[in-house]
Amino acid sequence: MDNSTVFELPEISLYSFDKNIKQDFFLNRMIELFKHHQNNCVEFKNMMQSIGFSDKNVSKVEDLPFLPVRLFKLFELFSVPRENVVKTMTSSGTSGQSVSKIFLDKNTSMNQTRILSRIVSSFLGGTRVPMIIIDCESTIKNRNYFSARAAGITGFSIFASKKMFALNDDMTLNIEGIKTFIEENPSRTILLFGFTFIVYQHFYSELLKHKNVLDLSNAVLIHGGGWKKLIDQAVDSNTFKAQLKSVCSITKVHDYYGMVEQTGSIHMECEAGFLHVSEYSDIIVRRTKDFSICKKGEQGVIQLLSLLPVSYPGHSILTEDIGSIYGEDDCSCGRKGKYFKIYGRLKNAELRGCSDTYGERNKRY
Amino acid sequence: MEKEIRDINFFVGNLPISEELLLNQSSNEIFSIESIDFLSDISNNLLKRPEVRDYPDVATFAFYCRRANINAIKKGYFTSSNFRIGRGIVFHITPGNVPVNFAYSLFVGLITGNINIVKVPSKNFEQVDIILRSINEVLNTKNYKSIFSNRLFIVKYDRDNNATSYFSNLSDVRIIWGGDNTIKEIRKSPIPPKSTEVTFSDRYSIAVINASAYINLENKRKLAQDFYNDTYLFDQNACTSPQAIYWIGSEVDVKKAQHEFWNLLQMILNEKKFELQPVISIDKLTTFYSQAITYGDISKENQQGNDIWRINNSSTHLDIESHRCSSGYFNEFVIQSLDELIPIINRRYQTLSYFGISKEQFKSWLSKSKPIGIDRFVPIGRTMDFSLVWDGFDLVNNLSRQVSII
Repeated sequence: MDNSTVFELPEISLYSFDKNIKQDFFLNRMIELFKHHQNNCVEFKNMMQSIGFSDKNVSKVEDLPFLPVRLFKLFELFSVPRENVVKTMTSSGTSGQSVSKIFLDKNTSMNQTRILSRIVSSFLGGTRVPMIIIDCESTIKNRNYFSARAAGITGFSIFASKKMFALNDDMTLNIEGIKTFIEENPSRTILLFGFTFIVYQHFYSELLKHKNVLDLSNAVLIHGGGWKKLIDQAVDSNTFKAQLKSVCSITKVHDYYGMVEQTGSIHMECEAGFLHVSEYSDIIVRRTKDFSICKKGEQGVIQLLSLLPVSYPGHSILTEDIGSIYGEDDCSCGRKGKYFKIYGRLKNAELRGCSDTYGERNKRY
Repeated sequence: MEKEIRDINFFVGNLPISEELLLNQSSNEIFSIESIDFLSDISNNLLKRPEVRDYPDVATFAFYCRRANINAIKKGYFTSSNFRIGRGIVFHITPGNVPVNFAYSLFVGLITGNINIVKVPSKNFEQVDIILRSINEVLNTKNYKSIFSNRLFIVKYDRDNNATSYFSNLSDVRIIWGGDNTIKEIRKSPIPPKSTEVTFSDRYSIAVINASAYINLENKRKLAQDFYNDTYLFDQNACTSPQAIYWIGSEVDVKKAQHEFWNLLQMILNEKKFELQPVISIDKLTTFYSQAITYGDISKENQQGNDIWRINNSSTHLDIESHRCSSGYFNEFVIQSLDELIPIINRRYQTLSYFGISKEQFKSWLSKSKPIGIDRFVPIGRTMDFSLVWDGFDLVNNLSRQVSII
């Protein structure tokens, strides 16, 4: 495969490969990606050299190395000429914290949109739909510097035949606006999209005060961004769904799991409540004590692999999220591939000793 | 004054009624009988406590305070016609993650005849509680209450409290343990013009091992245990913990020595049921890859699991100290002589722990090669030993003033 083929992402199914077909297809593409990044990103080449990586020793996906996501905060990593970078995405970090920088060229950016669109359409039913964004418009105003929230909103906006922002710029809920929007689109599936915590805090909590003013029984909510803040309030996935249903009759609620380092190849929560890899991505759960592979059901740290990152070496990353794989090819929802759950994030270290250098250098998020 | 400072927890002493009450008290001569009695009573009280058995660091402190030990130390300061008395009020800011450090700092403050204000870590440590219980019990015996009335304060308060600036303003000497950021923060509170400061900033430490001496060593297990005490006991996060290991010898000898050394260390980790904090594995990987990007000539040695990470460097690196992690991340180098360390060592270098090299060798190397840094050369296993000379400061002399009578 020459370099040009790496840039061409094949049009394949999303959730129908059996384990063996997936392994062959995915591993071959992955090895090509490793070659591409080693040839085009000197930092990546140095890293692979330091661990003595050779694709000749790779016989399965589990043999592939992984970059810890924090590296994208420490270094500017890209595998295309700098002038080809058309967009730089950043992780959402509060002020003063370092953020991940992800460099996209036209091709990778297009593939992200394409795959995201296919994955989400498969859950929405394909057609473009009226969309309510549970956020405020000012979130996406700065077009040059993409935050993860803005990237999510912009990414999902491709499904909108028309759209509205549910929140005013002061983050208050525009209930009247939403009512009108629903009335203008009778008997159509409406897509609701937002970040989990914002949905809870600024949508659910507000609706609770007004009980039964919205009927969204015909809508699909897709939300993501993590549970950390909600777990602090003792709200888990089931509670979240039940509470939302109680205030606006919505029944189709899908969480998604994705990282700014792998935008596009997201993992959607199925009807049975599991997150799914698509043919374009894979997941491996590892033990932190030695990075060996966890057994089915065993909790460990999540390695994510994606075929999309070509302009930057984010094709195999080690997250700091904890989760476990529940099975492969046999989820009750009918989708093939691995299905899994995420439980949270690794705790910060508590160290003995007098040095405070350490804490400063390795500050996380 | 009550208006000015609040939310201070006094474990020993009370908020003084006036600043004058503190400032007008005189200091005592160094190694006064009262201070030696008091410390040795604390030692006895501690050693009688069954709970001390669970805390070797507290036991070590108790031993340090024995009358015999203090008298031995005293000898070193009374060789000439030396008349030294305490500088006055000493404000001690002790580190948040080394529980017993405050007690050593107080030890020096007492032995030098000063009035002491000691800030203990805001985090709760059983070791701190045990020592405070002892101090308070001993204070209730003999006539210590009146001797130390308004002379001994042990306090705890939150970071944003303005007590730091209040106490700083009163202090003749301010001691700051605990690193660059803490020092930077504390220095926002000025001390009076005549006052002095002793600061313990972030340091970097290394170990040097003579490979052939190691190969000939009978009790290799003991050395592994000693090395464990220098590193893993404090998550390799103490300023004295070696981050880089320099092996002196031929490639062949070093390979052989390394193999045994690290395997024995792993054995000790297994026996102690050492558990690496999960996120540290990722810290190590991140540090390693950052280093690989910067140097391009490093490789990772294969060890069992993530407990010990060994980074093989094929050449020495001037800024190696910026690639440090914690809890078992070791950069390794092979060198032929100590002189190869000269260009690398800078002001931040503190402890060089060693095996298989003689004191005499270090002495002649020091006078010949004059490294810019390194304040102490210590055998492996003794990096954490407290000494009244720390980071190049003689604490007794720094906390007292020499009075001239001519």
